[in-house]
Amino acid sequence: MFRDITLGQYYPADSYIHRLDPRTKITVTFLYMISIFLIRDIWGYLVAFIFLAFMIRISHVPVKFMVRGLKGIFIILIFTAIFNVFFTPGEVLFSIWKLSITREGIRVAVRMVIRLVFLVMGSSIMTLTTTPNNLTDGLEKIFRPLKRFKLPVHEIAMMMSIALGFIPILVEELDKIMKAQSARGADFENGRLSVRIKTMIPVLVPLFVSAFRHAGDLATAMEARCYHGGDGRTRMKPLRYGKQDYAAYTVAVLYLVLVIGIAVML
Amino acid sequence: MSLINAENVTFEYIRRDKDGAVEGINRAVDEVSITLEKGDFIAILGHNGSGKSTLAKHFNALLHPLEGTVYVNGYDTRDEGHLWDIRQTVGMVFQNPDNQIIGTVVEEDVAFGPENMGIKSREIWERVVRSLKSVDMYEFRKDSPQRLSGGQKQRVAIAGVLAMQPQCIVLDEPTAMLDPQGRREIIDAVTELNRKEGITVILITHYMEEVLNANKVFVMDKGRIVMQGTPRQIFKHADELKEIGLTVPSAALFAGELRKRGIEIPDGILTTEELVKEICRSLRII
Repeated sequence: MFRDITLGQYYPADSYIHRLDPRTKITVTFLYMISIFLIRDIWGYLVAFIFLAFMIRISHVPVKFMVRGLKGIFIILIFTAIFNVFFTPGEVLFSIWKLSITREGIRVAVRMVIRLVFLVMGSSIMTLTTTPNNLTDGLEKIFRPLKRFKLPVHEIAMMMSIALGFIPILVEELDKIMKAQSARGADFENGRLSVRIKTMIPVLVPLFVSAFRHAGDLATAMEARCYHGGDGRTRMKPLRYGKQDYAAYTVAVLYLVLVIGIAVML
Repeated sequence: MSLINAENVTFEYIRRDKDGAVEGINRAVDEVSITLEKGDFIAILGHNGSGKSTLAKHFNALLHPLEGTVYVNGYDTRDEGHLWDIRQTVGMVFQNPDNQIIGTVVEEDVAFGPENMGIKSREIWERVVRSLKSVDMYEFRKDSPQRLSGGQKQRVAIAGVLAMQPQCIVLDEPTAMLDPQGRREIIDAVTELNRKEGITVILITHYMEEVLNANKVFVMDKGRIVMQGTPRQIFKHADELKEIGLTVPSAALFAGELRKRGIEIPDGILTTEELVKEICRSLRII
Protein backbone atom coordinates (compact mmCIF):
# COMPACT_ATOMS: atom_id res chain seq x y z
CA MET A 1 0.00 0.00 0.00
CA PHE A 2 2.99 2.30 0.48
CA ARG A 3 4.70 1.25 -2.70
CA ASP A 4 3.40 4.11 -4.79
CA ILE A 5 4.84 6.87 -2.67
CA THR A 6 7.26 8.68 -4.91
CA LEU A 7 9.29 11.55 -3.72
CA GLY A 8 11.04 13.95 -5.96
CA GLN A 9 8.71 12.48 -8.64
CA TYR A 10 11.39 12.47 -11.32
CA TYR A 11 10.11 11.95 -14.85
CA PRO A 12 12.86 10.26 -16.88
CA ALA A 13 13.25 11.66 -20.40
CA ASP A 14 15.99 13.09 -22.52
CA SER A 15 15.08 16.70 -23.13
CA TYR A 16 16.83 20.02 -23.29
CA ILE A 17 15.62 20.80 -19.78
CA HIS A 18 16.71 17.42 -18.41
CA ARG A 19 20.22 18.04 -19.67
CA LEU A 20 20.55 21.43 -17.99
CA ASP A 21 22.82 21.79 -15.00
CA PRO A 22 20.77 21.54 -11.78
CA ARG A 23 22.17 24.90 -10.67
CA THR A 24 20.69 26.51 -13.77
CA LYS A 25 17.32 24.95 -13.12
CA ILE A 26 17.29 26.01 -9.47
CA THR A 27 18.29 29.58 -10.30
CA VAL A 28 15.87 29.96 -13.20
CA THR A 29 13.03 28.54 -11.09
CA PHE A 30 13.89 31.04 -8.38
CA LEU A 31 13.88 33.91 -10.88
CA TYR A 32 10.53 32.73 -12.21
CA MET A 33 9.09 32.74 -8.69
CA ILE A 34 10.29 36.30 -8.13
CA SER A 35 8.85 37.38 -11.48
CA ILE A 36 5.41 36.10 -10.53
CA PHE A 37 5.30 38.42 -7.54
CA LEU A 38 6.31 41.38 -9.67
CA ILE A 39 3.39 40.98 -12.06
CA ARG A 40 0.57 43.52 -11.76
CA ASP A 41 -1.68 43.09 -14.78
CA ILE A 42 -2.99 40.73 -17.41
CA TRP A 43 -0.07 41.32 -19.81
CA GLY A 44 2.42 40.23 -17.19
CA TYR A 45 0.45 37.06 -16.53
CA LEU A 46 0.28 36.39 -20.24
CA VAL A 47 4.09 36.61 -20.55
CA ALA A 48 4.53 34.37 -17.49
CA PHE A 49 2.07 31.89 -18.98
CA ILE A 50 3.84 31.80 -22.34
CA PHE A 51 7.19 31.30 -20.64
CA LEU A 52 5.77 28.44 -18.52
CA ALA A 53 4.04 26.79 -21.49
CA PHE A 54 7.26 26.99 -23.50
CA MET A 55 9.25 25.35 -20.69
CA ILE A 56 6.71 22.55 -20.26
CA ARG A 57 6.73 22.05 -24.02
CA ILE A 58 10.52 21.59 -24.30
CA SER A 59 10.77 19.51 -21.09
CA HIS A 60 8.91 16.60 -22.77
CA VAL A 61 7.02 16.02 -19.53
CA PRO A 62 3.33 15.31 -20.23
CA VAL A 63 1.06 18.11 -19.03
CA LYS A 64 -0.96 15.64 -16.98
CA PHE A 65 2.09 15.12 -14.72
CA MET A 66 2.20 18.84 -14.15
CA VAL A 67 -1.50 18.98 -13.35
CA ARG A 68 -1.08 16.07 -10.96
CA GLY A 69 1.24 18.28 -8.91
CA LEU A 70 -1.66 20.71 -8.49
CA LYS A 71 -3.84 18.09 -6.82
CA GLY A 72 -1.77 18.36 -3.66
CA ILE A 73 -2.53 22.06 -3.31
CA PHE A 74 -6.15 21.89 -4.44
CA ILE A 75 -7.50 22.52 -0.94
CA ILE A 76 -5.11 25.42 -0.44
CA LEU A 77 -6.31 26.89 -3.74
CA ILE A 78 -9.95 26.66 -2.69
CA PHE A 79 -9.26 28.22 0.69
CA THR A 80 -7.26 31.03 -0.82
CA ALA A 81 -10.02 31.75 -3.30
CA ILE A 82 -12.82 31.71 -0.69
CA PHE A 83 -10.99 33.85 1.84
CA ASN A 84 -10.04 36.45 -0.72
CA VAL A 85 -13.49 36.58 -2.28
CA PHE A 86 -15.27 37.17 1.03
CA PHE A 87 -12.82 39.11 3.11
CA THR A 88 -11.45 41.75 0.79
CA PRO A 89 -13.03 45.12 1.44
CA GLY A 90 -14.22 47.13 -1.54
CA GLU A 91 -17.18 47.73 -3.85
CA VAL A 92 -19.88 45.22 -2.85
CA LEU A 93 -21.34 43.26 -5.74
CA PHE A 94 -23.84 41.24 -3.74
CA SER A 95 -24.08 39.82 -0.24
CA ILE A 96 -25.38 36.61 1.28
CA TRP A 97 -26.29 36.80 4.96
CA LYS A 98 -23.30 38.53 6.64
CA LEU A 99 -20.82 37.77 3.89
CA SER A 100 -20.38 40.04 0.95
CA ILE A 101 -18.57 39.54 -2.29
CA THR A 102 -16.62 42.50 -3.59
CA ARG A 103 -15.25 43.29 -7.02
CA GLU A 104 -11.77 43.66 -5.52
CA GLY A 105 -12.23 40.34 -3.72
CA ILE A 106 -12.83 38.48 -6.96
CA ARG A 107 -9.89 40.18 -8.61
CA VAL A 108 -7.52 39.35 -5.73
CA ALA A 109 -8.80 35.77 -5.55
CA VAL A 110 -8.25 35.13 -9.24
CA ARG A 111 -4.81 36.70 -9.06
CA MET A 112 -3.78 34.60 -6.03
CA VAL A 113 -4.99 31.37 -7.59
CA ILE A 114 -3.13 32.09 -10.83
CA ARG A 115 0.02 32.91 -8.89
CA LEU A 116 -0.14 29.72 -6.85
CA VAL A 117 -0.76 27.59 -9.96
CA PHE A 118 2.18 29.21 -11.75
CA LEU A 119 4.43 28.75 -8.72
CA VAL A 120 3.63 25.08 -8.34
CA MET A 121 3.85 24.33 -12.05
CA GLY A 122 7.12 26.23 -12.32
CA SER A 123 8.77 24.36 -9.50
CA SER A 124 7.42 21.02 -10.65
CA ILE A 125 9.21 21.46 -13.97
CA MET A 126 12.39 21.54 -11.92
CA THR A 127 11.61 18.51 -9.72
CA LEU A 128 10.22 16.48 -12.62
CA THR A 129 13.31 16.95 -14.76
CA THR A 130 16.04 16.63 -12.11
CA THR A 131 16.98 13.50 -10.15
CA PRO A 132 16.94 14.09 -6.38
CA ASN A 133 20.67 13.45 -6.22
CA ASN A 134 21.37 15.96 -8.94
CA LEU A 135 19.21 18.46 -7.11
CA THR A 136 21.16 18.08 -3.86
CA ASP A 137 24.43 18.31 -5.81
CA GLY A 138 23.24 21.55 -7.33
CA LEU A 139 22.13 22.95 -3.98
CA GLU A 140 25.47 22.00 -2.47
CA LYS A 141 27.35 23.91 -5.13
CA ILE A 142 25.08 26.94 -5.06
CA PHE A 143 25.34 27.28 -1.29
CA ARG A 144 29.04 26.48 -1.12
CA PRO A 145 30.00 30.13 -0.44
CA LEU A 146 28.00 29.91 2.81
CA LYS A 147 30.68 27.53 4.10
CA ARG A 148 32.65 30.61 5.02
CA PHE A 149 29.96 31.32 7.61
CA LYS A 150 30.48 27.87 9.13
CA LEU A 151 27.35 26.45 7.52
CA PRO A 152 27.92 22.70 6.94
CA VAL A 153 26.77 22.83 3.32
CA HIS A 154 28.26 19.51 2.20
CA GLU A 155 26.93 17.69 5.23
CA ILE A 156 23.40 19.05 4.73
CA ALA A 157 23.43 18.03 1.05
CA MET A 158 24.77 14.56 1.94
CA MET A 159 22.07 14.16 4.59
CA MET A 160 19.38 15.13 2.10
CA SER A 161 20.50 12.65 -0.51
CA ILE A 162 20.89 9.84 2.05
CA ALA A 163 17.46 10.62 3.46
CA LEU A 164 15.97 10.39 -0.03
CA GLY A 165 17.72 7.06 -0.58
CA PHE A 166 16.38 5.75 2.72
CA ILE A 167 12.73 6.46 2.00
CA PRO A 168 12.09 3.28 -0.03
CA ILE A 169 14.01 1.17 2.51
CA LEU A 170 11.99 2.54 5.40
CA VAL A 171 8.75 2.17 3.45
CA GLU A 172 9.57 -1.48 2.90
CA GLU A 173 10.42 -1.87 6.59
CA LEU A 174 7.13 -0.22 7.59
CA ASP A 175 5.25 -2.58 5.32
CA LYS A 176 7.01 -5.56 6.88
CA ILE A 177 6.32 -4.44 10.46
CA MET A 178 2.65 -3.74 9.71
CA LYS A 179 2.25 -7.18 8.15
CA ALA A 180 3.93 -8.78 11.16
CA GLN A 181 1.60 -6.90 13.51
CA SER A 182 -1.47 -7.76 11.41
CA ALA A 183 -0.46 -11.42 11.50
CA ARG A 184 -0.66 -11.17 15.29
CA GLY A 185 -4.09 -9.59 15.20
CA ALA A 186 -3.43 -5.86 14.98
CA ASP A 187 -6.20 -4.01 13.16
CA PHE A 188 -5.11 -0.94 11.24
CA GLU A 189 -8.23 -0.46 9.15
CA ASN A 190 -11.10 -0.09 11.61
CA GLY A 191 -11.93 1.82 14.75
CA ARG A 192 -12.11 5.41 15.79
CA LEU A 193 -9.26 7.77 15.04
CA SER A 194 -7.93 7.62 18.63
CA VAL A 195 -7.88 3.82 18.50
CA ARG A 196 -6.16 3.84 15.14
CA ILE A 197 -3.49 6.22 16.35
CA LYS A 198 -2.86 3.91 19.29
CA THR A 199 -2.40 0.92 17.01
CA MET A 200 0.29 2.86 15.16
CA ILE A 201 2.52 3.05 18.24
CA PRO A 202 3.66 -0.60 18.10
CA VAL A 203 4.48 0.04 14.43
CA LEU A 204 6.38 3.28 14.85
CA VAL A 205 8.58 2.14 17.73
CA PRO A 206 10.18 -0.77 15.84
CA LEU A 207 10.40 1.43 12.74
CA PHE A 208 12.44 4.00 14.64
CA VAL A 209 14.64 1.32 16.16
CA SER A 210 15.34 -0.16 12.75
CA ALA A 211 15.96 3.28 11.24
CA PHE A 212 18.66 3.90 13.82
CA ARG A 213 20.19 0.50 13.17
CA HIS A 214 20.19 1.14 9.42
CA ALA A 215 21.76 4.54 9.96
CA GLY A 216 24.48 3.14 12.23
CA ASP A 217 25.38 0.43 9.73
CA LEU A 218 25.42 2.89 6.87
CA ALA A 219 27.73 5.22 8.78
CA THR A 220 30.16 2.35 9.37
CA ALA A 221 30.01 1.36 5.71
CA MET A 222 30.68 4.96 4.65
CA GLU A 223 33.66 5.22 6.97
CA ALA A 224 35.02 1.94 5.67
CA ARG A 225 34.92 3.51 2.22
CA CYS A 226 37.09 6.41 3.36
CA TYR A 227 34.29 8.96 3.78
CA HIS A 228 35.62 11.92 5.74
CA GLY A 229 33.39 14.84 4.86
CA GLY A 230 33.52 17.12 1.86
CA ASP A 231 37.19 18.13 2.08
CA GLY A 232 39.33 16.67 -0.67
CA ARG A 233 36.36 14.87 -2.16
CA THR A 234 36.11 14.71 -5.95
CA ARG A 235 33.10 13.79 -8.04
CA MET A 236 32.61 11.23 -10.76
CA LYS A 237 30.13 13.51 -12.48
CA PRO A 238 31.25 17.03 -11.61
CA LEU A 239 28.75 19.78 -12.38
CA ARG A 240 29.86 21.85 -15.35
CA TYR A 241 28.04 24.62 -17.16
CA GLY A 242 27.62 24.07 -20.87
CA LYS A 243 26.38 26.17 -23.77
CA GLN A 244 22.79 25.21 -23.08
CA ASP A 245 23.08 26.58 -19.53
CA TYR A 246 24.24 29.99 -20.72
CA ALA A 247 21.40 30.01 -23.24
CA ALA A 248 18.92 29.19 -20.49
CA TYR A 249 20.27 31.95 -18.26
CA THR A 250 19.97 34.42 -21.13
CA VAL A 251 16.36 33.46 -21.83
CA ALA A 252 15.52 33.70 -18.12
CA VAL A 253 17.09 37.15 -17.77
CA LEU A 254 15.32 38.41 -20.92
CA TYR A 255 12.05 37.11 -19.53
CA LEU A 256 12.64 38.82 -16.20
CA VAL A 257 13.49 42.11 -17.91
CA LEU A 258 10.29 41.84 -19.95
CA VAL A 259 8.17 41.21 -16.86
CA ILE A 260 9.75 44.07 -14.96
CA GLY A 261 9.37 46.28 -18.02
CA ILE A 262 5.67 45.55 -18.26
CA ALA A 263 5.20 46.12 -14.53
CA VAL A 264 6.95 49.48 -14.65
CA MET A 265 5.55 50.77 -17.95
CA LEU A 266 1.91 49.90 -17.59
CA MET B 1 56.36 -7.74 5.17
CA SER B 2 53.01 -9.35 5.63
CA LEU B 3 49.86 -7.55 4.55
CA ILE B 4 48.02 -7.85 7.83
CA ASN B 5 49.63 -8.80 11.08
CA ALA B 6 47.46 -9.02 14.18
CA GLU B 7 49.30 -9.64 17.42
CA ASN B 8 47.50 -10.73 20.59
CA VAL B 9 44.42 -8.69 19.73
CA THR B 10 41.94 -8.35 22.57
CA PHE B 11 38.68 -6.42 22.45
CA GLU B 12 35.93 -6.02 25.00
CA TYR B 13 32.43 -4.66 24.77
CA ILE B 14 31.44 -2.99 27.99
CA ARG B 15 27.78 -3.07 28.91
CA ARG B 16 26.61 -0.17 31.03
CA ASP B 17 23.37 0.37 32.89
CA LYS B 18 21.33 3.59 32.81
CA ASP B 19 23.67 5.45 35.16
CA GLY B 20 26.74 4.51 33.19
CA ALA B 21 28.06 2.04 35.75
CA VAL B 22 29.69 -1.05 34.26
CA GLU B 23 27.23 -3.89 34.22
CA GLY B 24 29.32 -6.51 32.55
CA ILE B 25 32.26 -6.98 30.27
CA ASN B 26 32.00 -9.07 27.17
CA ARG B 27 35.35 -10.19 25.85
CA ALA B 28 34.59 -10.43 22.14
CA VAL B 29 38.13 -11.07 20.91
CA ASP B 30 40.61 -12.77 23.18
CA GLU B 31 44.33 -12.69 22.34
CA VAL B 32 44.01 -13.50 18.67
CA SER B 33 47.08 -13.52 16.45
CA ILE B 34 46.74 -13.82 12.68
CA THR B 35 49.22 -13.16 9.91
CA LEU B 36 48.09 -12.65 6.35
CA GLU B 37 50.25 -12.65 3.24
CA LYS B 38 49.40 -11.03 -0.09
CA GLY B 39 47.24 -13.24 -2.28
CA ASP B 40 45.90 -15.33 0.59
CA PHE B 41 42.30 -16.48 0.72
CA ILE B 42 41.49 -17.07 4.33
CA ALA B 43 38.19 -17.83 5.97
CA ILE B 44 37.16 -17.15 9.52
CA LEU B 45 34.46 -19.51 10.68
CA GLY B 46 32.44 -19.12 13.79
CA HIS B 47 29.02 -19.28 15.32
CA ASN B 48 27.02 -16.11 16.12
CA GLY B 49 28.76 -14.21 18.87
CA SER B 50 32.10 -15.95 18.40
CA GLY B 51 33.78 -12.58 17.85
CA LYS B 52 34.53 -13.04 14.17
CA SER B 53 32.88 -9.82 12.99
CA THR B 54 34.49 -7.85 15.81
CA LEU B 55 37.86 -9.20 14.77
CA ALA B 56 37.17 -8.28 11.15
CA LYS B 57 36.50 -4.65 12.06
CA HIS B 58 40.04 -4.47 13.45
CA PHE B 59 41.55 -5.13 10.04
CA ASN B 60 40.60 -1.72 8.64
CA ALA B 61 40.70 0.37 11.76
CA LEU B 62 36.95 0.52 12.34
CA LEU B 63 37.79 -0.79 15.80
CA HIS B 64 41.03 -0.46 17.71
CA PRO B 65 42.29 -3.33 19.85
CA LEU B 66 42.11 -2.89 23.63
CA GLU B 67 45.33 -4.85 23.93
CA GLY B 68 47.70 -6.03 21.26
CA THR B 69 48.35 -4.41 17.88
CA VAL B 70 47.13 -4.73 14.31
CA TYR B 71 49.53 -3.81 11.52
CA VAL B 72 48.31 -3.24 7.96
CA ASN B 73 51.18 -2.94 5.48
CA GLY B 74 53.35 -2.09 8.45
CA TYR B 75 51.10 0.73 9.72
CA ASP B 76 49.65 0.45 13.19
CA THR B 77 45.86 0.82 12.90
CA ARG B 78 45.91 3.21 15.86
CA ASP B 79 47.99 5.62 13.78
CA GLU B 80 45.46 8.32 12.78
CA GLY B 81 47.83 9.71 10.16
CA HIS B 82 47.59 6.56 8.06
CA LEU B 83 43.89 5.87 8.70
CA TRP B 84 42.85 6.47 5.07
CA ASP B 85 45.82 4.47 3.73
CA ILE B 86 44.70 1.57 5.86
CA ARG B 87 41.04 1.77 4.83
CA GLN B 88 42.12 2.02 1.22
CA THR B 89 44.33 -1.04 1.54
CA VAL B 90 41.72 -3.16 3.29
CA GLY B 91 38.22 -2.75 1.89
CA MET B 92 35.19 -4.12 3.68
CA VAL B 93 31.89 -5.59 2.55
CA PHE B 94 29.16 -5.91 5.17
CA GLN B 95 26.28 -8.24 5.84
CA ASN B 96 23.22 -6.19 4.94
CA PRO B 97 23.29 -5.10 1.30
CA ASP B 98 20.77 -2.29 1.90
CA ASN B 99 22.84 -0.66 4.62
CA GLN B 100 25.95 -0.11 2.56
CA ILE B 101 24.52 1.37 -0.59
CA ILE B 102 24.95 5.13 -0.68
CA GLY B 103 24.25 6.10 -4.28
CA THR B 104 20.88 6.10 -6.00
CA VAL B 105 22.39 4.73 -9.23
CA VAL B 106 24.67 1.69 -9.31
CA GLU B 107 27.61 3.50 -10.94
CA GLU B 108 27.35 6.43 -8.53
CA ASP B 109 27.45 4.06 -5.60
CA VAL B 110 30.57 2.33 -6.90
CA ALA B 111 32.17 5.77 -7.36
CA PHE B 112 31.63 6.72 -3.71
CA GLY B 113 34.93 5.27 -2.45
CA PRO B 114 37.20 6.77 -5.13
CA GLU B 115 35.37 10.12 -4.77
CA ASN B 116 36.26 10.17 -1.09
CA MET B 117 39.86 9.41 -1.97
CA GLY B 118 40.02 12.48 -4.20
CA ILE B 119 40.63 10.63 -7.47
CA LYS B 120 40.19 12.65 -10.69
CA SER B 121 36.83 12.16 -12.35
CA ARG B 122 38.19 10.57 -15.53
CA GLU B 123 39.99 7.91 -13.51
CA ILE B 124 36.92 7.36 -11.35
CA TRP B 125 35.02 6.48 -14.52
CA GLU B 126 37.69 3.98 -15.55
CA ARG B 127 37.73 2.38 -12.12
CA VAL B 128 33.95 2.17 -11.94
CA VAL B 129 33.72 0.48 -15.32
CA ARG B 130 36.52 -1.95 -14.51
CA SER B 131 35.14 -2.89 -11.06
CA LEU B 132 31.60 -3.37 -12.33
CA LYS B 133 32.89 -5.59 -15.13
CA SER B 134 34.93 -7.74 -12.78
CA VAL B 135 31.84 -8.61 -10.73
CA ASP B 136 29.76 -8.94 -13.88
CA MET B 137 27.41 -6.07 -13.06
CA TYR B 138 28.36 -3.66 -15.85
CA GLU B 139 25.04 -3.93 -17.64
CA PHE B 140 23.23 -2.72 -14.49
CA ARG B 141 25.34 0.45 -14.12
CA LYS B 142 22.42 2.83 -14.79
CA ASP B 143 19.92 0.98 -12.62
CA SER B 144 18.66 1.91 -9.20
CA PRO B 145 20.24 -0.42 -6.61
CA GLN B 146 16.85 -0.97 -5.02
CA ARG B 147 15.64 -2.92 -8.03
CA LEU B 148 18.48 -5.46 -7.81
CA SER B 149 18.37 -8.81 -6.07
CA GLY B 150 20.27 -9.36 -2.83
CA GLY B 151 23.13 -11.13 -4.61
CA GLN B 152 23.39 -8.37 -7.20
CA LYS B 153 23.39 -5.69 -4.49
CA GLN B 154 26.23 -7.47 -2.71
CA ARG B 155 28.17 -7.68 -5.98
CA VAL B 156 27.71 -3.92 -6.38
CA ALA B 157 29.04 -3.51 -2.84
CA ILE B 158 32.08 -5.60 -3.80
CA ALA B 159 32.57 -3.44 -6.90
CA GLY B 160 32.38 -0.37 -4.65
CA VAL B 161 35.26 -1.72 -2.62
CA LEU B 162 37.21 -2.82 -5.72
CA ALA B 163 37.01 0.69 -7.16
CA MET B 164 39.21 1.80 -4.26
CA GLN B 165 41.81 -0.67 -5.57
CA PRO B 166 42.45 -2.35 -2.25
CA GLN B 167 44.99 -5.10 -1.71
CA CYS B 168 42.66 -6.97 0.56
CA ILE B 169 38.90 -7.34 0.89
CA VAL B 170 37.26 -8.33 4.15
CA LEU B 171 33.78 -9.77 3.66
CA ASP B 172 31.82 -9.82 6.90
CA GLU B 173 29.14 -12.49 6.44
CA PRO B 174 28.33 -11.23 2.94
CA THR B 175 25.90 -14.06 2.27
CA ALA B 176 23.98 -14.17 5.55
CA MET B 177 20.95 -12.37 4.11
CA LEU B 178 20.98 -13.96 0.66
CA ASP B 179 19.21 -16.89 -0.93
CA PRO B 180 21.25 -19.91 -2.11
CA GLN B 181 21.51 -18.48 -5.63
CA GLY B 182 22.86 -15.16 -4.33
CA ARG B 183 25.26 -16.96 -1.99
CA ARG B 184 26.76 -18.90 -4.85
CA GLU B 185 27.12 -15.71 -6.93
CA ILE B 186 29.07 -13.98 -4.18
CA ILE B 187 31.36 -16.90 -3.36
CA ASP B 188 32.12 -17.39 -7.07
CA ALA B 189 32.84 -13.69 -7.56
CA VAL B 190 35.12 -13.57 -4.53
CA THR B 191 37.00 -16.73 -5.52
CA GLU B 192 37.56 -15.34 -8.99
CA LEU B 193 38.89 -12.04 -7.66
CA ASN B 194 41.35 -13.94 -5.53
CA ARG B 195 42.52 -16.25 -8.32
CA LYS B 196 42.51 -13.88 -11.29
CA GLU B 197 43.40 -10.53 -9.75
CA GLY B 198 45.40 -11.78 -6.80
CA ILE B 199 43.35 -9.84 -4.27
CA THR B 200 43.72 -11.04 -0.71
CA VAL B 201 40.39 -12.19 0.68
CA ILE B 202 39.21 -12.59 4.24
CA LEU B 203 35.83 -14.29 4.22
CA ILE B 204 33.90 -14.33 7.46
CA THR B 205 31.01 -16.72 7.58
CA HIS B 206 29.22 -19.42 9.47
CA TYR B 207 28.41 -21.47 6.40
CA MET B 208 31.06 -24.14 6.16
CA GLU B 209 30.52 -24.94 2.51
CA GLU B 210 31.62 -21.42 1.66
CA VAL B 211 35.14 -21.90 2.96
CA LEU B 212 36.04 -24.75 0.60
CA ASN B 213 38.02 -22.45 -1.71
CA ALA B 214 40.02 -20.85 1.09
CA ASN B 215 43.63 -21.82 1.52
CA LYS B 216 43.47 -21.38 5.25
CA VAL B 217 40.57 -21.54 7.69
CA PHE B 218 40.46 -20.16 11.21
CA VAL B 219 37.69 -21.37 13.50
CA MET B 220 36.67 -18.99 16.27
CA ASP B 221 34.74 -19.68 19.42
CA LYS B 222 34.19 -17.34 22.38
CA GLY B 223 36.68 -14.83 21.01
CA ARG B 224 39.52 -17.31 20.59
CA ILE B 225 40.91 -19.14 17.60
CA VAL B 226 40.29 -22.78 18.41
CA MET B 227 41.37 -24.41 15.17
CA GLN B 228 43.29 -23.49 12.06
CA GLY B 229 44.34 -25.28 8.91
CA THR B 230 43.24 -26.06 5.40
CA PRO B 231 39.54 -26.81 4.87
CA ARG B 232 40.34 -30.52 4.61
CA GLN B 233 42.20 -30.53 7.91
CA ILE B 234 39.41 -28.60 9.60
CA PHE B 235 36.54 -30.73 8.40
CA LYS B 236 38.08 -33.86 9.83
CA HIS B 237 37.09 -32.58 13.24
CA ALA B 238 33.35 -32.81 12.60
CA ASP B 239 32.49 -33.55 16.22
CA GLU B 240 34.42 -30.64 17.70
CA LEU B 241 32.92 -28.31 15.09
CA LYS B 242 29.45 -29.47 15.96
CA GLU B 243 30.14 -28.79 19.60
CA ILE B 244 30.80 -25.10 18.92
CA GLY B 245 27.65 -24.79 16.86
CA LEU B 246 28.97 -25.25 13.34
CA THR B 247 27.67 -27.79 10.89
CA VAL B 248 30.04 -29.64 8.65
CA PRO B 249 28.92 -29.91 4.98
CA SER B 250 26.73 -32.96 4.65
CA ALA B 251 29.16 -34.75 2.32
CA ALA B 252 31.97 -34.50 4.86
CA LEU B 253 29.64 -35.56 7.66
CA PHE B 254 28.38 -38.53 5.67
CA ALA B 255 31.93 -39.63 4.84
CA GLY B 256 32.85 -39.45 8.50
CA GLU B 257 29.87 -41.58 9.55
CA LEU B 258 30.67 -44.18 6.87
CA ARG B 259 34.25 -44.32 8.10
CA LYS B 260 33.04 -44.88 11.66
CA ARG B 261 31.07 -47.86 10.43
CA GLY B 262 34.18 -49.41 8.96
CA ILE B 263 33.71 -48.47 5.32
CA GLU B 264 36.99 -47.42 3.78
CA ILE B 265 36.67 -43.81 2.74
CA PRO B 266 39.69 -41.48 2.76
CA ASP B 267 39.92 -38.37 4.94
CA GLY B 268 39.17 -34.87 3.81
CA ILE B 269 36.08 -35.29 1.63
CA LEU B 270 34.33 -31.95 1.16
CA THR B 271 31.96 -32.04 -1.78
CA THR B 272 29.21 -34.35 -2.89
CA GLU B 273 31.09 -35.17 -6.12
CA GLU B 274 34.13 -36.35 -4.18
CA LEU B 275 31.93 -38.44 -1.92
CA VAL B 276 30.16 -40.09 -4.83
CA LYS B 277 33.48 -40.93 -6.47
CA GLU B 278 34.85 -42.48 -3.28
CA ILE B 279 31.72 -44.50 -2.58
CA CYS B 280 31.78 -45.88 -6.11
CA ARG B 281 35.41 -46.82 -5.70
CA SER B 282 34.86 -48.60 -2.39
CA LEU B 283 31.86 -50.44 -3.83
CA ARG B 284 34.00 -51.71 -6.68
CA ILE B 285 36.54 -53.02 -4.17
CA ILE B 286 33.83 -55.00 -2.39
